[in-house]
Amino acid sequence: MSILGNRVVRVEDPRFLRGEGRYVENLELEGALSVTFVRSPLAHARVNAVDASAAEALPNVRVFTGADVDAHPFGPPPHWHIAAGMERPLVARDVVRFAGDIVALVVSEDRASGLDAAELVLVDYDPLPAALSIEEAVKDEVLLFPEVGSNVANRSGVEDFDDGLFDGCDVVVSGVLVSQRLVAAPLEPRSAAAVVGDDGRLTVWATSQTPHTGKMVVAGLLGLDPGDVRVVSPDVGGGFGAKMVEPEAVLVAWLARTLGRPVRWTETRSENMLGLPHGRGQRLSFALGGTRDGKLLAYRLEVLGDGGAYPALGAYLPNLTALMANGVYAIPKVETRTVSVVTNTTPTTSIRGAGRPEATQALERAIDLFAAETGLDPADVRRANFISADAFPYLTPTGATYDSGDYEAALDLLLRSAGYDALREEQRRRRAEGSVVELGIGLAAYVEISNPVGEAEFGEVEITEDGGAILRTGSHSHGQGHETTFAMIAAERLGLPVERVVVQRGDTDDVAKGTGTFGSKSTQIGGVAGRVAADAVVERASSLAADYLEASATDVVLDVETGRFHVADVPTPALSWAELASKASADGRLGELRIAHEFQAAPTFPFGCHLAVVEVDTDTGKVELVRHVAVDDAGTLVNPLIAEGQVHGGIAFGVGQALFEEVVYAEDGYPLTGTFVGYGFPSAAELPSYERIEMVTPTPNNPIGVKGIGESGTVGSTPAVHNAVIDALAPHGVRDVDLPCNGENVWKALQEARG
Amino acid sequence: MIPAAFTYHRAASVDDAIEALGQDEDAKVLAGGHSLIPALKLRIARPSVLVDVGRLDDLRYVRDDGDRIAIGALSRHSGLVADAVLRRDCPVVARTAALVGDPQVRHRGTIGGSVAHADPASDLPTVLLALDADLVARGPDGERTIAAASFFTGPFETALAPREVLVEIRVPKVERGVYLKHTRRAQDWATVGVAAAVVDGATHVSFASMAPTPIRARAVEEALANGAGAAEAAGHAGEGTDPPSDVTGSAQYRAHLAHVYVRRALEQL
Amino acid sequence: MTNVVLTVNGERREADVEPRQLLVYLLRDQLGLKGTNVGCDTSSCGACTVLLDGESVKSCTVLALQADGTDVTTIEGLATGDGLHPVQQAFHEQHALQCGFCTPGFVLATVSLLRESPRPSEEEIRHALEGNLCRCTGYHNIVRAVEAAAEAGA
Repeated sequence: MSILGNRVVRVEDPRFLRGEGRYVENLELEGALSVTFVRSPLAHARVNAVDASAAEALPNVRVFTGADVDAHPFGPPPHWHIAAGMERPLVARDVVRFAGDIVALVVSEDRASGLDAAELVLVDYDPLPAALSIEEAVKDEVLLFPEVGSNVANRSGVEDFDDGLFDGCDVVVSGVLVSQRLVAAPLEPRSAAAVVGDDGRLTVWATSQTPHTGKMVVAGLLGLDPGDVRVVSPDVGGGFGAKMVEPEAVLVAWLARTLGRPVRWTETRSENMLGLPHGRGQRLSFALGGTRDGKLLAYRLEVLGDGGAYPALGAYLPNLTALMANGVYAIPKVETRTVSVVTNTTPTTSIRGAGRPEATQALERAIDLFAAETGLDPADVRRANFISADAFPYLTPTGATYDSGDYEAALDLLLRSAGYDALREEQRRRRAEGSVVELGIGLAAYVEISNPVGEAEFGEVEITEDGGAILRTGSHSHGQGHETTFAMIAAERLGLPVERVVVQRGDTDDVAKGTGTFGSKSTQIGGVAGRVAADAVVERASSLAADYLEASATDVVLDVETGRFHVADVPTPALSWAELASKASADGRLGELRIAHEFQAAPTFPFGCHLAVVEVDTDTGKVELVRHVAVDDAGTLVNPLIAEGQVHGGIAFGVGQALFEEVVYAEDGYPLTGTFVGYGFPSAAELPSYERIEMVTPTPNNPIGVKGIGESGTVGSTPAVHNAVIDALAPHGVRDVDLPCNGENVWKALQEARG
Repeated sequence: MIPAAFTYHRAASVDDAIEALGQDEDAKVLAGGHSLIPALKLRIARPSVLVDVGRLDDLRYVRDDGDRIAIGALSRHSGLVADAVLRRDCPVVARTAALVGDPQVRHRGTIGGSVAHADPASDLPTVLLALDADLVARGPDGERTIAAASFFTGPFETALAPREVLVEIRVPKVERGVYLKHTRRAQDWATVGVAAAVVDGATHVSFASMAPTPIRARAVEEALANGAGAAEAAGHAGEGTDPPSDVTGSAQYRAHLAHVYVRRALEQL
Repeated sequence: MTNVVLTVNGERREADVEPRQLLVYLLRDQLGLKGTNVGCDTSSCGACTVLLDGESVKSCTVLALQADGTDVTTIEGLATGDGLHPVQQAFHEQHALQCGFCTPGFVLATVSLLRESPRPSEEEIRHALEGNLCRCTGYHNIVRAVEAAAEAGA
C-alpha cells in the first residue's frame, strides 16, 4: 500500500514547535562582527562624498564605501535578455538609484552600536529627478543609466500590432489592469553570516531559496574558485520567490574575507521592505474580441513592466506573462507585446506566481467584461471557450505546450461545490430587497506554468549503516515540507517507514548540486529525482542482496511492504535494509548504495477555478471576503495535507493583492508603505476559512504525475476576488475597480459611476 | 529596531516620578510602553531618560465615585474591558478599550499612556473627549483637573506640563455611548473613528483621525441640538475638520467616512 | 548596565542589561532562548509573543528592565519533557505551520487566548489573533489548530 496520497503530518514540525528552528539569526558564531548597511533615503541622486568620520569615532567601528569594495557588480544571467549596462554595483558609488540602495557598510561589535554608528555616517547627495512610475520611465526623459540611453530593460513580442486582429469580432472589450507592486514579506527578515575557515574556505550562511546558485554568485562576484565557497541555507522563514541571492549576503562574505573575522547581519523589517526585491508591478492593457454568442476569436495583451532600479528577474517576468496570456481558453489569435523599464524604485523579482497572476488577472477581467457586454453568464462564457480535455498536449498561440488539463471539469466541480446557482439566486433576492451591503460573486479560471524553465534537479539516496536512508536534494524547503513529502516519495520506493528517510538540503558541501526552490518545481523535479535515485539504489541493493542470498540478481525482489529483500516467491530467507546495510558495511560495500540522479522535465501546467463571494458596504466601500472556494489541480497529490496548506497560503497571498496590499511611493521616492503598519498585510481577522476541493489530473511529464501547487492558489484567487467586487457593484454602474479593492478604491469607483 | 541610548529610572511613587522628570528636560514617562517603545525603536523619539511609572499599582483601579467613575491612569486596556463598574456604568469605555490594538497590546497598554501620547488617531482619547472626561494631573505644584476639551492641544501634544504625570481619568456615568471605528485591517489605527454619547441629556460626537487632535464634531452636535435627525446632522460631519491623507485614506475619503459613521453612530445610540 | 532578575520558564535567570535592551533580545542574546523570533519593527507581527505574568505580550515592545521581577514563558517553556504542549500538538496535527517563523508567537498567543476564553468561536479566534501575522499558511489551519486545542481542553 503506497503512502503517497496520505495526509502525513510533518516530520520537521517538532523543532519549529519547540523554538529550535535553525534560522540564520539563531546561529552561534563566536566573535562575529555586525554589519549595518547605510542606505540612500533618496530615489535618485549623485553621491558626492561619504563622511564616515563621526561614525568611525565610535569605538570599534569601521566604515566601508563603494570605493573600498572590490567586487564585480551583480548582473542578470543572459537568458533573461536584460539590456546591458544596467548592472548593480554591490555598493553604490557615484549614484544611487532607489531609496534603499546601499551606500556604505558599517562594521561594529554588535547591532546596537552599528545602528548608532550608521546614523552618524553623513552622505553628501545631489538629488536628481526621479522616474518613480513606469509611465514616467518609459518616456526616457529621466534616464537611470545615461550611457545606455534608454530605460527599457527588456522587450518581447510583436513590433507592430496587427490592425486586423479583431476582424470578424462582433464584440471587442478592452481595459487596463494595474497589477500593483507588492512585497513578499516573509516573516523572517533576511540574515547572512560568513566566516573564512583555517583552510581558507569561505562559509556563508544565507536566508536563500537557492544556496547552490548563491555559491556560484558569491564565487563569481568575489573572484573565488567555487570549490572554496560553501553556502548554507538552513531553516529559512519563508521566501515566496524573493529570497534568492542578494548583494547583502555577498557583502557580508566580502567583509569576512577582508577583515579576517566572522561577520553577520540581520535586517530590520523596515530594511526588508526597502531592500528585499519587490514583485508584480505590471500595467496590462488588454483587448478581447469574439462573437455575440460568446465565441472568443482574438486577444491582445500589452504589458508595461516595472523592473525597479536594477533590472533582473522582475524585468524578465512579463515574458512569462505573455507566454500565459490566453490562459485556459482556445483563442485562435493571440498577440502580445511586453516592455520592461527601470524606475527609481526597489528592484523587482519573482514573488508568488511571478508573472502568471498578472496574466490571469488581465484575462479573467477581460472575460467578465466580455460577459457583461454580451449579456452572457460569466461561467458560460468560460465554459464555451475552454481548451477541450481531449486537446492535450496543447500548443498555445504563445508557444507554451500545456501537458494535461480538464478545465471544464474544474469549473463544473467548482460551481457544484460552491452552489453557484443558489448564490446567484441569493444575489437576486438581496438586490430586489435593496441593501447597502451588496453581494458579489466572482469567478476565475486559470492555468499556470510550474517548473517554468524546465530545469533539472539533483537527488541522491544513500543507505546508512543502520539501514535507514538519507535523501539529499538540491531543492530547498522554506515551509513547503520537503522533509516529509520527499521522504514519503523515497520511502515508498525503498519500503522504509517515512521517519527512516532523512532529507538533507541547503548545505552546498552536503548536497553536490541544486537549483533551489521557486516556480513550484520542487516536487516534480526534486522529489522525482529522489524517486529515481531511490529506484537505482533498490536495483543496486537487490544485486547486493542477491550476493548475500546466493541467488541471481534478477531473481531478487524488494518487498516494499516489509522492506525486505528475498528471492521472488520465496519469502524467506530475507534481508532487511538494516541487515543488508550491516553486511555491506562489513564488506566495505555500503558506498555502493549511494546513488545520485538529476531529473529534468518540461514545465507542467497546474490549473483550476476559484469562486469568491464578497460583501461590499456601498456606503464605506469596505469589502469583506465571506467565502472562497477553490479547485486547484496540480496532478497527483503526494501529501494532500501539505498541498492543502500550500493552497491556503496561496489564496491568502492572492487575496492580499485583491483587497489590501500595495507598495505606495511618496513623491520624494520613499515608500509610504515601508513598515507593517503602512503595508496592508492581512491577518486572520481579514480572511475567512477556505473551501478547497480536490481534483487530480496527472501530468505525463514525470512518473509520479505531480505538478507544482505552491503558486496555484495565488494565481486563481486575485482575479476571483477582483471579479466578485466588480460583480457586487454592477447594479451601480461600476465596471472596474482598481486593485487593491480597498474601501477608498471602491468608493472612488462608485463616485465615478454615479457621475 | 533598537532605540537610541537612554537612561532609565523606575519611579517608586508619583512624586518620585515628578522629581525625576524635573531633572532632565528630555525625560519621558514610560507606562505600558505601547506608544512610546515603537517610537523609540524607529528612533522617532529620542528621550534622554525614561521614567518608568509602570509599577505604580496604586494607579491601577476603577472606582465608582458617585456621579463620575474614577479610572487610575495605569489601568491596562485589558482590565478596562473586563471591569464590572465600567461595563455597568460607562460601557462605551469598556467596549472601546476592547478595540485598541490587539490582545497583546491590550495586556500592556494603559489608558493614561494612550491619553498622554495623544495620537489623533487613538480610540480612547476620542471617546473621552465625547464624554467630557476630566483628566487629573499631578505635578510639583500639586494636582489639577484638566477638561478633556482643553487637554489635546496638538498632534501628540497635550496640556500636561513637562513635569506633570497623568494620574486619573474621570468619566461621567453614561448609559448611551457608541464608538465606531473604520479600519483597513483589524489591527490598524482608525482611518476614521466616531464616538457618540448622550451626556447629561446632550448628544456629543467626536472624531479620531479627522484633525491634528481628537475633536468634537460641533456642527453635528449643534444640528442635533436644533432638532435635526441622524441623517441630517451627519451632513455636517465634515465641518471644522482637517483630515489627513495617508495610505489608509485620503482626506476626501475620510470626510466621506466621517459622514457615514456619524450617521451610523447616531442611529445606534 | 542594570541587573535584572526574572523567572523564565520556571527558572530564575539574571543578566546585566542596558536600559534600551528589549525583552526579546534579553531572551535571545543573553539567555540563549532563540525560539522567540523578531519579525518586524512596528509591533505589528507578533512573532515575538511570550507570556509575561501569564498574559501574551509582544516582547519586542517591552524593555528588559520592565520585565524585572516578572514571570516569563517562552516557547521553550511549553513542552514538558519529550511531549508537546496540547497547543503545540494541535498545531502539528492540523498542519498549522509551514516555515515555522511565526509559530512560537502564534502558539503563545493561543495559550493566552484559551486561558481567557476556553471555547472561542471562529470569529473570536480570528480577532484574538489579529496581532499575529503569518505569510505561509493563510491562517486556515491555524484557526483549526486553535479550535482543536480548545476542544482538547488545552
